[in-house]
Amino acid sequence: MDPVSTTANIVENSTLGLAVMIPLFGALVVMTLKNNVNLREAVSFCASVLLFCIVLSFIPAIREGKTLVYTVFNLLPGLSITLRADGFSMIFAMVASSLWMIAVFYSLGYMRAHDEPCQTRFNACFALAIFGAIGVALSDNLFTLYLFYEIVSVCTYPLVAHHQDEEGYSGARKYIVYLTTTAKMFLLPALILIYVLVGNLDFPHDMHTGMFPADTKSWVIVMLYVFCILGFAKNGLMPLHHWLPGAMVAPTPVSALLHAVAVVKVGVFCTTRTMLYVFGVDTMSMLNLGIPTAYFVGFTIIMASVIALTKDNLKARLAYSTVSQLAYIILGVALLTPHGIEGGLIHIVNHAFSKITLFFCAGAIYIAAHKKLISEMGGLGRTMPFTFGAFAIASLSMIGVPPVAGFVSKWYLLVGSMEAHQVGILLILITSTVLNVAYFAPVTYKAFFGKRPEGEVDAGIKEAPLTMLIPILIAATISVIIGIYPNFMMQFVKAVTG
Amino acid sequence: MDALLNVNEGFPLLSFLIFFPLAGAVVLFFYSEEKFARLWTLLITTLEAIFSIPLLIGFDSGTAKYQFAEAHAWVPQWNINYILGVDGISILLVMLSTLIMPFCVLASWKYIKKRVTQFMFCLLIMQVSMVGLFVALDFILFWVFWEFMLIPMYLLIAVWGGPRKDYASIKFFLYTMAGSVFLLVAILALYVKNGSFFIPDMMWQNYSTTFQVLVFLAFFLAFAIKVPMFPLHTWLPAAHVEAPTAGSVILASVLLKMGTYGMLRFCIPITPDATFMLAPFILWLSIAGIIYGGFTALAQSDMKKLIAYSSVGHMGFVTLGIFVLNTRGIEGSIIQMINHGVTTGALFLCVGMIYERTHSRELSVAQGCGKVMPWYATFLGLFCLSSFGFPGTNSFIGEFMILAGTFEYSTGLALAAIPGAVLAAAYMLRMLQKLLYGTENNPDQSHLKDLSIREITVLAPFALFVFWIGLGPQPFVDLIHTSVANLLDQLHNWQQVQGVAQVLLQ
Repeated sequence: MDPVSTTANIVENSTLGLAVMIPLFGALVVMTLKNNVNLREAVSFCASVLLFCIVLSFIPAIREGKTLVYTVFNLLPGLSITLRADGFSMIFAMVASSLWMIAVFYSLGYMRAHDEPCQTRFNACFALAIFGAIGVALSDNLFTLYLFYEIVSVCTYPLVAHHQDEEGYSGARKYIVYLTTTAKMFLLPALILIYVLVGNLDFPHDMHTGMFPADTKSWVIVMLYVFCILGFAKNGLMPLHHWLPGAMVAPTPVSALLHAVAVVKVGVFCTTRTMLYVFGVDTMSMLNLGIPTAYFVGFTIIMASVIALTKDNLKARLAYSTVSQLAYIILGVALLTPHGIEGGLIHIVNHAFSKITLFFCAGAIYIAAHKKLISEMGGLGRTMPFTFGAFAIASLSMIGVPPVAGFVSKWYLLVGSMEAHQVGILLILITSTVLNVAYFAPVTYKAFFGKRPEGEVDAGIKEAPLTMLIPILIAATISVIIGIYPNFMMQFVKAVTG
Repeated sequence: MDALLNVNEGFPLLSFLIFFPLAGAVVLFFYSEEKFARLWTLLITTLEAIFSIPLLIGFDSGTAKYQFAEAHAWVPQWNINYILGVDGISILLVMLSTLIMPFCVLASWKYIKKRVTQFMFCLLIMQVSMVGLFVALDFILFWVFWEFMLIPMYLLIAVWGGPRKDYASIKFFLYTMAGSVFLLVAILALYVKNGSFFIPDMMWQNYSTTFQVLVFLAFFLAFAIKVPMFPLHTWLPAAHVEAPTAGSVILASVLLKMGTYGMLRFCIPITPDATFMLAPFILWLSIAGIIYGGFTALAQSDMKKLIAYSSVGHMGFVTLGIFVLNTRGIEGSIIQMINHGVTTGALFLCVGMIYERTHSRELSVAQGCGKVMPWYATFLGLFCLSSFGFPGTNSFIGEFMILAGTFEYSTGLALAAIPGAVLAAAYMLRMLQKLLYGTENNPDQSHLKDLSIREITVLAPFALFVFWIGLGPQPFVDLIHTSVANLLDQLHNWQQVQGVAQVLLQ
């Protein structure tokens, strides 16, 4: 792409600022509506719908190959808070804004059915987390990315510590310690060193060139690369993944938000954004950074799946499944082949919808039957057919069975690994698929065909309330739809890979 | 002399800013009723703040000369003169010391219950010496203000302080006095060499290296105690813990900056060779201070001590930025001095507000108070985030510039400072967690009242500056840029000339 056509395609658009302001403003309004719960939930819902519409309004321009930008603050030369919508940011912006709508509805059902305390704070922090996530999605430079990344860390702390008991505090402490320590320890120096080397922190407009001038020493780039991979600890890569199972103490809607939308996806989005736009495909292949990264995350894929096998607590099993699935995304990008990158990026979307379905189901099971352990869920599928039906669909997606969403990403990942001539990666993907089957299939099987635990009476357990069931079914349906018609989201991914 | 001064022909603004609070203080001799004293001091400090704004408006950021300068003979037989002026290095510090005072008065409104008039008198005298110190261009005048400031500060701690006020005030006094003695010796030595007390006359002179090192060490000792740099910091936690809120705020916001201001104003231009020679040691000393301050702050259960040790860490960043001797580092340091003044000042105000309610500074007594004090929680959260350099707040910009300067100087050194940033997040979040959430068994806090309008008025301007400097630092940097660039230009010229001289000698 020649520079003239690049600059011609960059359009100033202040609606981007509005997109980021809506969740923030929504959170502030929610805080004032402590005494009017219905209005409070209505505000959250309206904000989420509004945000989704605004994100949709960017699509025509992106289709024309344009990039929207909007500078909010100019701090110092080369250091600004600037927003950008391009194909890459749309992938995540679409996911975050659409899932917020579903999640608002679901958490309304969950929080009221469970009679949770401090629902105002919960709603406000939820909106703030989305504020951070949208900001990450729409950031135009590394500083803006870092700013919103940190906002997500801080604003989700009250959500993790929601129950305000010893368990909640220790989970939340682990959460914040892992996330802020890694960000300060690795990300901050990387950010500053890149600023010193390059003179600004702006992402280029294609994924090949990267930011670094040609004369940068290669050991410096490698060091910065390692810092960036470790610094975005929200990506759940081993060995810095412990915060994620620790955060399981939070209410289920929070876990769903954490795993599907706000936190871990922010982590992988940031990681892949930096891999492709800070370092760039050319630099990464020149310094041979891609394949070692792929093997490094391959270890996480296998290990996390094995750990998931050993967990009887449904949420813990899902948590380790997330750790493993996130690594798929980074693995795909690290392959540095077009199909690999496409497979990785589309998995951001596919995993989001399927995983939020799984967590919603776990929450519904807990509300309806007060059960957390898989071993106690025998025969429960017969009383809760819709919940477990949705669970089955979503686990098929995780395993990668057609026509559910996960199949698309796995297909591209497999093609990508062949393009890269990496038999080892191919084996990792196949092994992990087998492991996925091993830890997901028994849950569904037991629920539908297993026996009730002895001595348990049937009475009292019903299907989950409608306010929870509807979002579950919507999320499950979308998982199927994007599996059958992947092209709607693929257009944004294709815009990235050109 | 005139080449360096933009002499002020009109209204002597700087002299006015020095003597106006003094006049206000004299009035308190005659009308010493408590209610009047409060209102009167508030009026005087507010007017002082307003009158200092023309200084900012009239300041020409395009020149490195000393502006608003005034020069009068004082003791002609010893060539001591009354010379004042501001440049980019001092302008923000002058503004900080005038703008912060009304809030100190407001913060003492209810806190101070005994000897109110005398307390207000001390505040006004502090104001005189702070402004005087930053604008003095004659070394004797500078030294007078430097010493003068000790007395009201000593009294603030010794009379209105906490239970261990005697220990704290005497320790403060002795430490600072010990430094000042060396400072005076250095000043006199320089006078013997130059025959002048005019500060710019002493800069960039061909002193022998030994002389420079000795003068540098004398300066450095005085200033390092004031900053305070590790390991000369032990007076600070004691003084902070015992001082009343207003005292802590002045101490943290302005007094500590006098040390770093001194390093910039005197150490670098008067003793450049010694600066080059000793900078590496000072840099590693700064790193030690950053890490030590961080770890010690992490272990505190007393909120004031926690913030005091955090100051040791933050001021370590400032000295780090000064002695990397490049534009980003020094500009970052000056910005960080202001940031530290704003953020730490505000944090001390926050602790003071809790102390007025619970009569304790222990975290365990105040834990969980955020639940019943949402406004307090909001402000405290903001200032804690600012303190550990959350992006988008003022301290981030300061740390960013300083670390960028340090990376230019040496990657290893910058990486060594990073754990300090991590520790800052750790101790600030720990404090925030304790105050906002606590544990399952919090003491009953339901009797605590949320912030009053007066208290919100006190904190809101600090919050404004947190975001202003955090999101739009360029105007602040523009103010100081020319002076810093000039200082560094001269330093680099000096280095080149010395290099040439070395070659010629060989």
